[in-house]
Amino acid sequence: MKILAIDSSGLAATAALLEDEDLIAEYTIHYKKTHSQTLLPMLDEIRAMTELDLKTIDAIAVACGPGSFTGLRIGSATAKGLAQGLEKPIIEVPTLEGLAYQMYGCSALVCPMMDARRNQVYTGIYAFEPRECADSPLCRDYEMNCLMEGTCCLLPEVVGKLNELGRPVVFLGDGVQVYQEALPETLTVPYSFAPAHRRLQSAAAVGACAFRYAAQGKMVSFFEHKPQYFRLSQAERERLESLKETKEPSAGADQEET
Amino acid sequence: MQQVEKDTFILAIESSCDETAAAVVRNGREILSNVIASQIDLHTLYGGVVPEIASRKHIEKINQVIDQAVRQAGMTLQDVDAVAVTYGPGLVGALLVGVSAAKALAFALGKPLVGVHHIEGHICANYLQYPDLEPPFMSLVVSGGHSHLVIVRDYGEYEVIGRTRDDAAGEAFDKVARAIGLGYPGGPKIDQLVAREGNPDAIPFPRASVGGSVYDFSFSGLKSAVLNYLNECKMKGVEVNRADVAASFQKAVTDVLVAHGVRGAKDYGFHKLALAGGVASNTALRRAMKEACEKEDIDFYYPAPILCTDNAAMIGSAGYYEFQKGVRSGWDLNAVPNLKLGER
Repeated sequence: MKILAIDSSGLAATAALLEDEDLIAEYTIHYKKTHSQTLLPMLDEIRAMTELDLKTIDAIAVACGPGSFTGLRIGSATAKGLAQGLEKPIIEVPTLEGLAYQMYGCSALVCPMMDARRNQVYTGIYAFEPRECADSPLCRDYEMNCLMEGTCCLLPEVVGKLNELGRPVVFLGDGVQVYQEALPETLTVPYSFAPAHRRLQSAAAVGACAFRYAAQGKMVSFFEHKPQYFRLSQAERERLESLKETKEPSAGADQEET
Repeated sequence: MQQVEKDTFILAIESSCDETAAAVVRNGREILSNVIASQIDLHTLYGGVVPEIASRKHIEKINQVIDQAVRQAGMTLQDVDAVAVTYGPGLVGALLVGVSAAKALAFALGKPLVGVHHIEGHICANYLQYPDLEPPFMSLVVSGGHSHLVIVRDYGEYEVIGRTRDDAAGEAFDKVARAIGLGYPGGPKIDQLVAREGNPDAIPFPRASVGGSVYDFSFSGLKSAVLNYLNECKMKGVEVNRADVAASFQKAVTDVLVAHGVRGAKDYGFHKLALAGGVASNTALRRAMKEACEKEDIDFYYPAPILCTDNAAMIGSAGYYEFQKGVRSGWDLNAVPNLKLGER
């Protein structure tokens, strides 16, 4: 199975071509140019360098959110356009899972973190749990378990959860540079920040996650796919607020998440 | 040996504001399909277009709209010769959905990509309406975001001789409509109200002229005059006749548009004047412009309302002529929210 994977949810834009267990090509740009200027030229470069016949691609994997609204849409529109032109399905990979999967096998907890502005972060907490596998008594497969679902929250919320779990943690994602100084102030567990080669989004990791989804039959059509923003637009939030003020606060549910 | 000319089919995509649109156009002149998914009901809740909501809707609808356009044209994606897309001006987030999808689609299909200027599209709507219309001619483009007086020298060759110094004409319509409680979108609502019962000579609102360029527009003074009038009535306890306000405002706008359009055509010696843009479907403007052009012996062109509103067929026409001239956009094509007409 051949998968073309893209992620433009954060500061870096990244594209990769994978075939079964192999990474054929990966191209990542973390530079001042917009994703709109870099993403398709990167795909074209991958196509040329790997002599890829686009028709042989089986699915398009895309980091489906959360992330920068505009960045997510550049990735999604690109994935949808590719899938429509090639008549292939889309595999939606949650951005935070794609980030966390880069730390496969890590014994510490993994906490991807993206700056969501307004003092908030897009984050989640993941743990790699070993499973014995059939190959030999010493062989392990690591399953990525989610200990805190991907969410948009204030920093103290995720720090509180990490302190409660009481295990060492590795942070990664483009939120690290924003919260690197604030995090140690309230953390009570050992922590570390992933180095440069594991810091940002990687389309190879998105593709690797996508194989797991594909094996479970989790694919959608290009008509269905849309980004998961984890947040309403400002106009919608303000409108809901004003409706709440004029009406009885009957619905207590937080309607911020989509 | 007689040469058989091959038809050229352009798949066009437009998402610069609040319409998600796709179309297939043959040889720049014939509409094979023209699909528009309007978000207007959604934005009415907020009294105007909310950029983030527009962008979110675009990404949900873009592939359906493309699929419908190709099907209605009785074709497959493989049959198109090129993909054209609006890359500016407009809302950057909204533009990016169309641009990203168009680039990926063209890349996947192995077809050329042509970036198109939104205003150029509006002007080219006239080519779809009038198969015999050829440049050069004068064009007046009026919409929610633009008011331009443009010399169309040739296909793809434009010179802007007049532009708005502040509000676009359609913007003034929206603001006045809101002030008299008509809501969004202002243009059609004012048009309907006036057509029924307004007296255009009831209130003498100013016809603004701008120092410097005789072809430039200014509508913010007029808008303020309307707001001041409404305030004065309120302070004096005088009941406002909304239809008269709407009609008098509309008359003030159309007087200026007609005067500048006709003056431009005459000064530059053009006998053809083409109206374009969303406000071009305003019935009072069409009527007044038609009368004025007849007096001056100028042929007057104006597209059907469906081609005045934001649509992709007009982008298909503009895209065809750019394509014929050899214009090809790279895979790094970006959305340019304040793209100038005639620039690349």
